[in-house]
Parts: sequence; C-alpha cells; structure tokens
Amino acid sequence: MSDLQSPASTPGTAGKASSEAPVKATAGGDAPSAPAEAGRSFLPGSTLLRHLLVLAVCAVLAVVILEITSPFQNSQLATLTYYAIAAGGLTVLTGMNGQISLGHGALMAAGAYTTALFLDAEEPLPLPVILLAAVVVATAIGALVGVAAARLHGPYLAGATLALAVGLPGLAIYFHDIFGGEQGMRVRAPQAPEWFDGFIAAVSGNAASSTKWLAYVGAICLLITYFFLANLIRSRIGRTWRAVRDQEVAAELAGVNLGAWRVLAFVVSAAAAGLAGGVLAIVVRLAAPSGFTLVLSIALLTAIVIGGLGSLIGALLGSALLVFLPPFVTDLGVDFGLNQTEAAQLAPFVYGVVLIVVMIAAPAGFVGTIRLRWMTRKAKRAMAQAGADGASSSRG
Amino acid sequence: MDYFVNVTLTGLTQGMIYSAFALALVLIWRSTRIVNFAQGSMAAATTFIALALIQAGASYWVALIAALASGFVLGAIVERVIIRPVEGGPELNAVIVTLGLFVAIQASIAIIFGSSFQSFPTPFGVRGFEVGDTTIPLTPTSLYVIGSVLIVMALLVALFRFTRVGLAMRASAFSQEVARLLGVKVGGMLTLGWGLAAVVGSLSGLLIAGGTFVWPAYMDALIVFGFVAAIIGGLDSPVGAIVGGLILGLALSYVSGYAPRGSALVNISALVILIVVLLVRPGGLFSSTTARRA
Repeated sequence: MSDLQSPASTPGTAGKASSEAPVKATAGGDAPSAPAEAGRSFLPGSTLLRHLLVLAVCAVLAVVILEITSPFQNSQLATLTYYAIAAGGLTVLTGMNGQISLGHGALMAAGAYTTALFLDAEEPLPLPVILLAAVVVATAIGALVGVAAARLHGPYLAGATLALAVGLPGLAIYFHDIFGGEQGMRVRAPQAPEWFDGFIAAVSGNAASSTKWLAYVGAICLLITYFFLANLIRSRIGRTWRAVRDQEVAAELAGVNLGAWRVLAFVVSAAAAGLAGGVLAIVVRLAAPSGFTLVLSIALLTAIVIGGLGSLIGALLGSALLVFLPPFVTDLGVDFGLNQTEAAQLAPFVYGVVLIVVMIAAPAGFVGTIRLRWMTRKAKRAMAQAGADGASSSRG
Repeated sequence: MDYFVNVTLTGLTQGMIYSAFALALVLIWRSTRIVNFAQGSMAAATTFIALALIQAGASYWVALIAALASGFVLGAIVERVIIRPVEGGPELNAVIVTLGLFVAIQASIAIIFGSSFQSFPTPFGVRGFEVGDTTIPLTPTSLYVIGSVLIVMALLVALFRFTRVGLAMRASAFSQEVARLLGVKVGGMLTLGWGLAAVVGSLSGLLIAGGTFVWPAYMDALIVFGFVAAIIGGLDSPVGAIVGGLILGLALSYVSGYAPRGSALVNISALVILIVVLLVRPGGLFSSTTARRA
C-alpha cells in the first residue's frame, strides 16, 4: 500500500491513455480524463455539449427518482442535495486546488442566514433571487477569507479555516436581535408556484406537496451547480488549479499568479457553500448556530474524501453516505441495546473511523480507487502492446 | 483597577492552559510534521477517565496521575497504529486522519460516558486570597494552574536539554535520516514524542475542566484556541507556543471583559487575531525563513 502514499502527486494529466508513467494516488485525486477518450466515446466531443447532454439525462433521472420515492425519502433527498452542493464546492477547493478548508460549515451558515433574513420580509423576493443573494453573501465572505488563505499553507490554512468554522456562527449569537441568538431563526418555507402543481400532475399524477417542492428546488440547484463546476474543472481554469496544486514552482514559472488562482478557487467553493446553506435553510426551516458546528465542516470533508478527492461524482456519493448512513447505524445501535442519545453518536463515530480507514487503505477514495484500477490496467495493456511491437518497455 | 487586574489574571491563567495545549501540538509538529487535530478529544477522553475515577471515590491526585498516564498510552497507541501509516505522506492525508480521529474519539466519549454536562472538581478553591480586608483577585486554583503548567514545561526543557533520550528525540525531529544513521531508533522516539505530547494535552484538558462542567465536546474551544496559539507562535517553536498562548489568553480575556456582550465575541476575535498575525507573518511570530517554507 505504501506506493499509494507517495508524497509526489501525479501530474495533472496522468490519465492520458498511452501514459506509461507509474500511476500513483494521493488524497489530492485527479480529474477524470475523458477528453483523451473522446474518440471511442458515444458522447459528443465538445465538453459543453457533452455536459449539457449529461445534465439533461440527470434532470430526467432526478424527476423519476423524486416521483417514485416516498415523501420521507423526498426530504432525505433534499438533505442530500445541500450536502452535495457544498461538497461539490469543497471538491473544487480541496481536490482541484489542494487547499483544505474546515470552515465551509460557516460559509453555509452565511448562506442560510441570508436566506432566512430575506424570506422573513413582508413580501419575500422570488426564491431564485433570494438564493442568489445567499450565494453573493457567502462569496463575499469567501473572498475575504480566501485572500488571507491564499498566503497560507497546509496546517496554517487548516487553522485559519478552523477558527472561521468556530468563530463565524458566534456572530449570530452576538447580533441576536437580527439573527435570533442561540435559538436561531425560523425560516418561512417558500410556496410552490402554480406551474409546479401542474407539472407534477402531468408527470406522475402525484400531489405536489411542499416537501416535494423543496426537494425539487434542491435538485435544480444541485444540477446547476454541478453543471457549472464540471465545466469549470474541464476548462483552462481547472487545469490551472491543478497545476497550482501539483507543480507550484512550474506553474509560477509559467506565469501563473498562484495567489489569485487560490483566491478564485476559494471564491467558487464559497459560492457553492452559500447556495448549499440557502437550500439547507429552506429544507430544515431553521437557521441556528447549532446547525453549523465543526462537525458539519468535517462531515463535508468526509464526503469528499470517501468519494474520492477531485471528483464530483465522488462528492455526490460521499454526500449520499452522509444522509443514509446515520439512520442506518443509529437503528443498528438501538438494536444492540444503546439508548437513542448514545446511538445518535454512532454516526459521527462511523464517519471518523471511515475517514481513518479510507486514508490508510485507499487514499484515493471510492471513485479514485476504481479509476486507479482502471488506469493501471490500461497502462499495463499499453505496455504489453509496446512490448509486442518490439519496443523496449521501460518500467517507470 | 481591581477589575483590570482580575481580567488580566484570568487571561494569564487561561493563556497558560492554551500555551500547554499549543506546546503539545508543537511537540508533535516538530517531530512528525503533523498537526494533531485529535489532541483535544484525546485530552477529553483522559479527563473523563479521571472523572470516572473521582466519581468512584478516588482522590483528585490519583485521578490526575491516571489521566496523564492514560494520555501517554493513548498518544503512543495512536501514533503506532493510526499515524504511522500516513507519516511522511501527503500533508492532506495526515490532516484528514487526525480529523477522523477527533470525531471518532469525541463520539466514543459520548457513547461510553454519556453526553450530559457533568461537573468536574478542582483541588483548590476559586475564591481570591484575602490580604487584610481586601480580596485580591488571585485564586488558589489559578496559582495551581499556572504552577502545574510551569512545572511540566520545566520538566520538558530538562528532558530535552539534559538527557540522552531528549537528545535522541531532538535528533529524530531534526533529521530522521541522520538520526537513524547514528543509531537512534527514530520510530520509538516518535512514539515517545506523541505520548509526551498527549500527556501535556491531557494536563491542559484537566486544568480547563477544573471547577466547571465537562461534556464530550468541551474541548472544542480549547482545540481552536490552542491551535491558534500554536500558529501565532509559528508551530515550530516551543517558546512561540507559550508566547502565543499568553497573547491569546490575554487578548480574549480583555475582549470578554471589556467589549459589550464580549463573551459572544471571543471565538470570532480569535479568528481576527489569527488572520492579522498571519497577514503580517504568514509563518507565525517565531518562524524562521526555513520554517516558513514548510
């Protein structure tokens, strides 16, 4: 296993089909290398077109899933959407750019409180505008922190973001007249528009409940975020982020302004966290300091690590684990004779153990490990091919 | 005036505890280049062991020694079993492993000892000494806190300065390869370093618990403040950890004592202080230029 933990990260383009470079995995996983495969793929060659196609398929899939599941599962899926949105943003920051953040829970809090405040108005603005405001506020805070963070490395960055996670929700207690102090703010659930009832009736004949509307809002936000992030990761911007992560000196020599790109990564991921916070506020219907503890920030990190750092699909899978694992282990704990409060602690316990085990046994995470297997096999095949051609097959 | 002295003394007492905690982080950082985020929950675990002993009828001092000893064992086991595989690997992996440990230990405490608030005793009173008619704002407990941290620090200095083991530990932290060539068992030294750090961490956990309440997450604030203190000091310098702890203790005490509704501002002030220090010196106050590249 030790060769999987080499300090040297793989160069950003290790996925090239013909690459014979030894494949290594670090926690800073790698982006999928679909373009190299485009020749054999059924999908269009243009990244934007391909992603639009995937988006359309996912949208249909989302409708199908939300319509065949029960109201309780709908609300679970709504929870999944806000975890996944925030985890997607963190994937960009930690996976793509190599900056660790323990403060994304606080940025979600910024989004959630903004949403709560705007929904509290006499005549609330349209929901998209409110969610956009949540994004803007979180982005502004993210930019502020990002400027400081861009100068910091590893543990220093972890420390600063840790202090952010613990410090920022404290402001809600200090300004308790506006933010409701320890109790937090109740969030008025936004009403579903009329076209939504018509849409649901036309698609499945089900009744359009408020829970269902919120799940749809979450799903729409999730799809938009992931579409945006996937394009960003595939673009020049994504490549530059990976260059800054993997080859700091080379990137700087090539004229890349390291600090500016680090700030940009922080800003993008803060925007996602803000949107996630907005969705959280309307799904949970409460914005309170107790909802944004350090454990939330660590849970997000767990999601992206388990899924595989640097992969949006990994972030989605990891978020699913955050939603579906706790009720499962809690039930298990009760079956084994723990009382409810003890059993509720089993979920964080499992998160922690999973984090440790994944990091020791499979640092590339779920998606990363599968991708690694696949790339190793392909590299072997390419090498065998080269050997058959009489070329010298050198082991890197 | 009395109030000012009181606030200052509170700050110094708290600052000493932050210093001890920061020192534990620095010890580990120097030898293994890992920030131990699990330090706080490890300390909380040993505090709960002490509490269980006290509730079973043991004296405070027996519980204290048991807690420090179990801290040592816990630290050594953690290094051997969990940290060893990620040592020397990518920075991010080590950070994530210690975070996982932090959450797992905290949850274990809640499962084993329950998550309710429990009061933790202190061996000395919390009322100020009386000089003539006036009560001076210096309590036996704060003297005990400051004194025990100073004793532990002196013992550590003596260990590193004057013993062969201390020399070997310093050599391992300085350069593993060279130390190994000279016949130092580096692995053992790292385990010992983690054990000692956990002892210091446990002490700060017990001191902060004394005379107040403990619950599984009671160390969360101390983790942040200790960490901020260590970073202010530069992570690499024991002196920096102590100075950082005192600076932070005093600053937070003044914020809490003088700002309107200051206690709610304490956490955010720690963030502000940290960011200001790091903007001026990105590697902390006591960093050398080489340390800044790390």
